[in-house]
Amino acid sequence: MTQSAVRIEKLPNGLTIVAEPMSALRSAAMTLLIPAGAVFDPADRLGRSAMLAEWLVRGAGQRDASELVAAFDSLGVTHNQSASVTHLSLSAAMLGTSVEPALELMADMVLRPHLGAESLEPIRALALQSLSSLEDDPASLAMTELRKRYFGPAWGRHSGGEATSLEAMSCEDIQAAYETLIQPSGAILAIAGSLDFDRTKDLVARLFGDWKAQPVELPTHVSPEPQVAHHTKETNQCQITMAFPTLDINHPDYYKARALLAILGGYASARLFTEVREKRGLCYTVYAGYEAMHKQAAALIYAGTGSDRAQETLDVTLGELDRLRKDGIDEEELDMMRAGLLSGLVMQQESSLSRSATLAADFYHLGRVRSIDEIRLALASISADDVSRHAKDLDLENRTILTLGPEPLRIGSA
Amino acid sequence: MMSFHEARLANGLTVVAELNEQAHSIATGFFVKTGARDETGDESGLSHFLEHMLFKGTLKRDALAVNRDFDRVGARHNAQTSEEDTIYHVTALPEYMPAAFDVLADIMRPVLREEDFDTEKKVIVEEIKMYDDNPMMVAYEAAKAAHFGRHPLGGSVLGTVESIEAMKVERMRDYFRRRYAPENIVLAFTGRGEWTQLLDLAKSRCESWEPVGQPSRTVAETSGCGGFRCIERPDDQQETLVLVSAAPSLEDRARYAAGILAVALGDSSGSRLYWEIVHPGHADMCDLSYQEYDHAGAYYLFLGCDPEFAEANLDRVAHVLHRVRDHGIGQEEIDRARNKILARSMIRAERPMGRLMPVGGYYTYFRRHVPLDEEIAAYNAVTPDDIIDLMHRFPMRPMTLAAVGPRLDLEPVE
Repeated sequence: MTQSAVRIEKLPNGLTIVAEPMSALRSAAMTLLIPAGAVFDPADRLGRSAMLAEWLVRGAGQRDASELVAAFDSLGVTHNQSASVTHLSLSAAMLGTSVEPALELMADMVLRPHLGAESLEPIRALALQSLSSLEDDPASLAMTELRKRYFGPAWGRHSGGEATSLEAMSCEDIQAAYETLIQPSGAILAIAGSLDFDRTKDLVARLFGDWKAQPVELPTHVSPEPQVAHHTKETNQCQITMAFPTLDINHPDYYKARALLAILGGYASARLFTEVREKRGLCYTVYAGYEAMHKQAAALIYAGTGSDRAQETLDVTLGELDRLRKDGIDEEELDMMRAGLLSGLVMQQESSLSRSATLAADFYHLGRVRSIDEIRLALASISADDVSRHAKDLDLENRTILTLGPEPLRIGSA
Repeated sequence: MMSFHEARLANGLTVVAELNEQAHSIATGFFVKTGARDETGDESGLSHFLEHMLFKGTLKRDALAVNRDFDRVGARHNAQTSEEDTIYHVTALPEYMPAAFDVLADIMRPVLREEDFDTEKKVIVEEIKMYDDNPMMVAYEAAKAAHFGRHPLGGSVLGTVESIEAMKVERMRDYFRRRYAPENIVLAFTGRGEWTQLLDLAKSRCESWEPVGQPSRTVAETSGCGGFRCIERPDDQQETLVLVSAAPSLEDRARYAAGILAVALGDSSGSRLYWEIVHPGHADMCDLSYQEYDHAGAYYLFLGCDPEFAEANLDRVAHVLHRVRDHGIGQEEIDRARNKILARSMIRAERPMGRLMPVGGYYTYFRRHVPLDEEIAAYNAVTPDDIIDLMHRFPMRPMTLAAVGPRLDLEPVE
């Protein structure tokens, strides 16, 4: 049995350090999640959090923008700052020897950004072009439109915002977001790899200890009505996307739900890949996945296929969902799903980047980090009958379907 | 703790291994020295189509069994085809490598059934359509074709809907016989394993492959044609530009300087093009990358922006390159680029899969092991004078240009 090396320490101001020293690695990776994502953007200032994230790297502390970026580059640190629906996040991947100076640079970005007015127009231009790029990318556009409809106007929004909001954004708007939202209550610093926990913790406490907490209230979640929608666009392929409710990680039957989705579309021998691609050659990409947004979890399905074959692809996909609900799964499928998941968990030990992402996600959703053994035991304790029973309860009636392409499709009965 | 081994089977198959007892997993791959550049006349897209067909079944397994037998042991498998290589690889936990390798070696001797060929043809057509909906892929293909002209590197990896639909299975069988000779394949292992066991495994599964002789490849050198293509897509929101110019080949020592120059000029953050074009908001993407080929090389510049900004951005690109041609780049810039490259290589090397590509790839072309330390030393040896020499030999002039989007009136840079 492996001993979990995860260390968790909460600073008095609310920032929680979730760390896993990995002695076999030379690298380290970290992610600072601040609850300041797009969900906090005012309805007429959508895209505010994304613009703020870009602003943070344009000069901080004693360094102007070029000195700040040069400092990261000299350390060989690959860094990124972005906004998701839930969080504004700063991340960095590096060799372990650069962890401490990288943390100092991050602390500058969070606590002492310049937020100079001269950066506003460039940031706006970038944000607008990034929205245009999304319009030119049918698969991402379809998933974005699906999330809007499924998760609703707050939790389903695209963090890149909308053109009219971006056009209207002022320095004061973004500064207000910085002042009210960039605070440590609920923030998570996940860090994995070559590091000494005590030294890192002391440094984080010194760098971030004075950061003042001012807890923010989350917008309430409103579940929109399920719907079927089509987004017309002259593309070669039709994008088919679908979402329906599944179980949150805190639910006792969570692993049954995850097993079911993996068996449906998580790997090459999964149902959708087998039936849609291998047997019928209907498309190149087809999968099912899991996504958690705040307290709501969704099963997402995607397929991209030529317009002439889109109807058949949708029919076969819906047919597979019905078959799953009616006939359930068998023991061999469950074994395969376990083997894949466990290999992935072990291989995570070779990557500080994927491990730090898991630390952050687990802590955000659960308030703790699951060990490999906990997951192994949970998977071992479910049977094919359990998963089949769970399949009978699949809430397919509450599904949302979004297609994108030249022509809408017919939706058969569920 | 790290060891290298090599052997040649009686039929000419080369087996190499870079083993690391600290790893948690083991990766393996068959590197077949064949790709789009080895296709003739009406074979366009054949190498890539064949790559798909290898997963469609053998004498022992049909397509579903291939997927199932990989998934049963949680093995991550995939394949890729480029202009010059077709690579089949799998990563697994060490105890499952014998089972995973049994499948991987099995698919290397496929039956190529006509029925599967016809089904898979549809999947390939869908893959082509998917890329046709992606402006960057359209621009990249057009730029490559314009730059290399009639040189074999100018061919498309995917082929066209017409070339794929017209393809006959006999043609594929013939190509397979010629190009998948054991003498033309390197089998590489990286990560955690025991050499004598791996070699025994390779012998037991591959020794029966009939030797047919090493196939040849035409490797005429080329500096490109400096062409210009404009593809109108009136509905695109962004203008997508790809520029190409000659660069050192894989065999050229100057490739290390070229790698550093590409990062210094066109990394996505902190590079010359970033400061000149992305940071001020003139484009949301402007990356320069260096691609080495067998006796050829190219720099590719990828730019996506508001269509109205396109010619001003082309002027900015010309200006940046002009300055580097006249003055080279300084020691500090070289150091920053080098630190980024080295940190990224070391991080990648922590995963067996991250080492598999360089180990197998270098052995295919150099017939020797290139350890990571040797590459690090080569990057460390690059001086400002090397960059000046490099710019003298490969001045990034002329630049082939492909433009995709609403604009029809663009002109190539000087």
